[in-house]
Amino acid sequence: MSRPSDGRRRAALAPWLFVSPAVLLFLGFSLIPIIIAVTLSFQDTAAVGDGDWVGLENFTTMADDGLLHTALRNTLVFTVGTVPTAMIAGLGLAVALNRPLPGRPVLRAAFFVPMVAAGVVVGVVMAWIFHGDYGVANNLLEALGLGRAPWLTSPTLSMLTLIAVVVWTRIGFCMIIYLGALQSIPQDLHEAATVDGASAWRRFRSITWPLLGPTTSILVILNVVFSLQAFDIIYVMTGGGPGFSTTVLIQYIFRSAFADARMGYAAALGLLLVALLLVFTLLRQRASRRAEELT
Amino acid sequence: MTKRTTRRRWWITAALAGLAVLMIFPLYWMAVSAFTPGGQAQSRDLRLWPTDPTMENFREVFTSQPVWSWLGNSLFISTVGTAISVMVSLGAGYALAKFQFRGRGLIYAAFLVTIMMPIQVTLVPSFLIVARIGLVDTPWAVILPTLFDVVGIFIARQFMLGVPDPLLEAARLDGASERQTFTKVVLPTCGPLIGVLVILGFMTRWNDFLWPLVVLQGNENLTVPVGLSTLTNNPAFTSPWGAVMAVACVAVLPLLAVFLVFQRQFVQGIANTGIK
Repeated sequence: MSRPSDGRRRAALAPWLFVSPAVLLFLGFSLIPIIIAVTLSFQDTAAVGDGDWVGLENFTTMADDGLLHTALRNTLVFTVGTVPTAMIAGLGLAVALNRPLPGRPVLRAAFFVPMVAAGVVVGVVMAWIFHGDYGVANNLLEALGLGRAPWLTSPTLSMLTLIAVVVWTRIGFCMIIYLGALQSIPQDLHEAATVDGASAWRRFRSITWPLLGPTTSILVILNVVFSLQAFDIIYVMTGGGPGFSTTVLIQYIFRSAFADARMGYAAALGLLLVALLLVFTLLRQRASRRAEELT
Repeated sequence: MTKRTTRRRWWITAALAGLAVLMIFPLYWMAVSAFTPGGQAQSRDLRLWPTDPTMENFREVFTSQPVWSWLGNSLFISTVGTAISVMVSLGAGYALAKFQFRGRGLIYAAFLVTIMMPIQVTLVPSFLIVARIGLVDTPWAVILPTLFDVVGIFIARQFMLGVPDPLLEAARLDGASERQTFTKVVLPTCGPLIGVLVILGFMTRWNDFLWPLVVLQGNENLTVPVGLSTLTNNPAFTSPWGAVMAVACVAVLPLLAVFLVFQRQFVQGIANTGIK
């Protein structure tokens, strides 16, 4: 009689054995760091344990930290510059490639390849291409008689260059996700609309775009998260400069923690980033729920 | 098909091919610059292909910098990290998909919340923890905090939900232990899942930058991306670009090869991360 209950106890233990490594790692390297981050953010410190409690000072400092405001503005410009551009380009490519074309697999692979390269590799290669004196971009412009552009040395142009480079890495991702969604749209909807005399644009507006809604939502969230976390390419190409013209929030956190040794303030900035991500996700969810109610 | 639509198709193809060239050009240029003699790279003339291809850049950077160590470190971190992380994700995905137990909902919800908290956010505390354990400047400092992979667990759970329950019950009735059920019955059905997890895990680790940059210090101990980032303003080179492009080639090559061979799994893996 002892065997079945033995087996049942073993079965009750089994899921815990399978999940425990993940739970332990989660505790050690996710939950505890988050708790430490919260405690640190109320301290003025360069290491754990030796800090003074300063209450909300790290957060009140944010209010009149001019550099932080610059970093936030840059983050906003960078995000707004990259997300819609990459998504529209990716959608365009997906629609174009979602039909039989000569050489389609090769084209698809070509658009996807930039995703494989590490951010640092992209950064150094693009820094070389857009090099002011010897870069191939300027050599080409000069050969065409257009003069040379300060791609990475002018405060306004450097942000645009960074946005273009990041879009270049992101198009393939958006294309793949959209292509997957497009292939799940039943073909007969389009055929019926064509029979009714709907133009290609009309079919896109009334059939394709609405059915892509959920995919677009996901892509917006993912792309915003990617953009808020973008570090490698900016670090390598401009290091946040010239001046602070391309310093984004992540860069500023890194700088505060490891260049200025203000760990407490950096932890507080990390929490600010979480808050931004959270607010954005909630807004996005609310917007898509409202859109569902309207339709 | 009418003549007009055929012509339009060719126009679209031509336009897409032009764009594709633009997409590929930076990687092509990386290779060209790596094989171009240093002086010629420092030129204001427009040259689109190498005139005197040379291995000089590779030779110079491999002798003056510990590139082999960087490659070894990257390889160690990527393979060991991926192997452990995939096993952790498979176990967790299995438990969350196929067992009813108290706390399951809580665990799953807690895991999912961390999607919002990438390592950048916990950068400072993670560094302090690793420093406290005394791991700074070792490969394990890079590996440990990235073993918990919430996206991997999520993908694994989604996949395991599709493993039929009768299969598991049959195995248990045949007297298989829980471990045997998992390793002999469940895992053999998970080939595609494991492929996706391995490819994604390896790519993320091979390309990772911010975290290794924070915890690695000695030049010998760097990973390829971190080492590469130190080269652009390294005083050891009079004209660093040839050397930089050589290391960039070396950094990209393994992933490019994997991508070309396993294109389908690759694309599927990326698409999976989007479906979360």
